[in-house]
Amino acid sequence: MSAATHTGEHRLNTSGIRPGRIVAWTILLLGGLVMVTPLAFMLSTSLKTAGQVYDLRLIPAAPTLANYVEVLSDGRFARWFLNSLGIATVVTVSNVFFDSLVGYTLAKFDFRGRYFVFLAILSTLMIPTEMLVIPWYLMSAQFGWIDSYWGIMFPGMMTAFGTFLMKQFFETIPDDFLEAARIDGLNEFQIWWRVAMPLVTPALSALAIFTFLGNWTAFFWPLIVTTSSELYTLPVGLSSFAVAESIQWEKIMTGVSLATIPTLVVFLLLQRYIVRGVMLAGLKG
Amino acid sequence: MATIELDRLVKRYGKIEAVKGIDLHIADGEFVVLVGPSGCGKSTTLRMIAGLEDITGGTLRIGGEIVNEREPKHRNIAMVFQNYAIYPHLTVHQNIGFGLYTSKLSQSEKDKRIREAADTLGLDAYLDRRPAALSGGQRQRVAIGRAMVRNPVAFLFDEPLSNLDAQLRAQMRIEIKRLQQRLATTTVYVTHDQVEAMTMADRIVVMRDGEILQTGTPTELYENPVDTFTARFIGSPSMNLVPGRRDASGVVLGEGDIMVGVRPHDLVVRADRHPGAVLSLDGTVTAVEPLGSETLVHLDTAGRAVIATAPGKSIPPTGSRLTASAEPGSLYLFDAGSGKSLGRL
Ligand SMILES: Nc1ncnc2c1ncn2[C@@H]1O[C@H](COP(=O)(O)OP(=O)(O)OP(=O)(O)O)[C@@H](O)[C@H]1O
Ligand SMILES: [Mg+2]
Repeated sequence: MSAATHTGEHRLNTSGIRPGRIVAWTILLLGGLVMVTPLAFMLSTSLKTAGQVYDLRLIPAAPTLANYVEVLSDGRFARWFLNSLGIATVVTVSNVFFDSLVGYTLAKFDFRGRYFVFLAILSTLMIPTEMLVIPWYLMSAQFGWIDSYWGIMFPGMMTAFGTFLMKQFFETIPDDFLEAARIDGLNEFQIWWRVAMPLVTPALSALAIFTFLGNWTAFFWPLIVTTSSELYTLPVGLSSFAVAESIQWEKIMTGVSLATIPTLVVFLLLQRYIVRGVMLAGLKG
Repeated sequence: MATIELDRLVKRYGKIEAVKGIDLHIADGEFVVLVGPSGCGKSTTLRMIAGLEDITGGTLRIGGEIVNEREPKHRNIAMVFQNYAIYPHLTVHQNIGFGLYTSKLSQSEKDKRIREAADTLGLDAYLDRRPAALSGGQRQRVAIGRAMVRNPVAFLFDEPLSNLDAQLRAQMRIEIKRLQQRLATTTVYVTHDQVEAMTMADRIVVMRDGEILQTGTPTELYENPVDTFTARFIGSPSMNLVPGRRDASGVVLGEGDIMVGVRPHDLVVRADRHPGAVLSLDGTVTAVEPLGSETLVHLDTAGRAVIATAPGKSIPPTGSRLTASAEPGSLYLFDAGSGKSLGRL
């Protein structure tokens, strides 16, 4: 893929507008609108006063940042925000580490029972979360993990999906890469960390994004396992705004607006690595 | 620098015996090339020497010590792979430096070694580049640099040039050979390219089906192949082999109990019958390949294809009938049943 063919294609595409394109663009535009509307209302509502909430104008009559000031100065919000941030970060780091460690082992080592272990991991993918919640809860009760950070995090510290994803990626690394390192005297852990991991950065970025988003927005399990409001995650905490003092939409929307910031940051940070990783893979050999 | 000794070395994968008890003693500083058809066990043998493959039976000594159970990193050998195995996420400098990963040298000493290697290989200008921005030949040089920096006791190469184009291959062949002579490091080199084997080796080891058929210098193998397999394998184009039998004056082609071998270079097209020839063949020209210095002439002799040569400037037309003959001393005779050599004629 040279730059020349790229610009060439580009010129070709813009030179004539075909009817097919118009239809395609219309559909995409409608799709985009459907996606963006709730977000726009979220933002708009966060800029309204309590009295204006049911006035469904997209541009508030008198926009105000009062909600933001109030929510941000409310100690509970900051606490929940940090809870979520901490939990999502720890779980993400844990997944990136353990999923790839297990995925690598399954992809690159031959040992008795390897296939069985792989099947066992895969089979857990087929069980819906709702069914797992009860055993998780019983387990937490048994070990005294209820109403603790560890209780919120433990089910997600490693995932079958992540392990499977990483295994697939590690399988694409030629064995020569690893054997060359073995001859150069690296131990197996160093080979994994110094050679194999850098070669799968696109997969690691994708895994990190998915895991972070999944945990940032997780609601059901944190709701069940926590009881004290200091341990609430942001989604659980925001929903409590709705129950405690009648529904304060403008506050909830302000909180949710603020909650989208870390996900945007994570995505923008890691997206670069995904793109670069794809380029690296494409240029090789 | 060390000797490498293989004694009755065996490798089994389940029921498959990939290497069937081979004996090979490699002298200090020697350049040994393993050749043979695909699947004959060349890579397996090399990987056992490297320690990447468990040894099923026999003993392997490096520098006189038995190393059967030793980890690759404790054998102090370096290996260059067919697809280079240099890392896309590291620069040339870092890739070469990988060879010193476990070395106790100081950073400045390491840096000096890396620069020396890069200098030798003509990579000084590329030290900060990543492999994606290098040509195939440069990538292979990086892999060699990585092997060099460690001052290993032996170099192992597994078809290092097969991903390069013909011209670059010819150039790298010379470079590797020169480097090996300068460093005088024991080298085992795997290839299935007989030109590489002939031009680089101090000694060639011909393998087939997990066994060693013959070892010898390139000249020995060329002059005295022990059987038809080696005879056809060494030399390009391959030796012509035609069935025949002996008689008082020499050999007669046709039905018989021997195979008569003659190299295309020795089977020369002439205008008339040559009185002193031990072998003469009449045939129809099916194709010609002018190479400049000589012309390869493909002949059809009684339904059998043979290759002869004509002097460079003469290009016989296809379809014409010709006689090709060989001088005394240029024939190789083999037993038709076993393929074993019966000597020269
Ligand atoms: N991991 C393995 N499991 C089972 N059989 C194997 C394995 N590795 C190699 N073999 C078999 O061992 C034999 C020798 O293989 P090897 O790779 O040494 O051949 P080679 O001479 O290097 O061939 P090539 O020129 O194609 O590289 C082959 O028949 C191959 O199928
Ligand atoms: Mg091989």
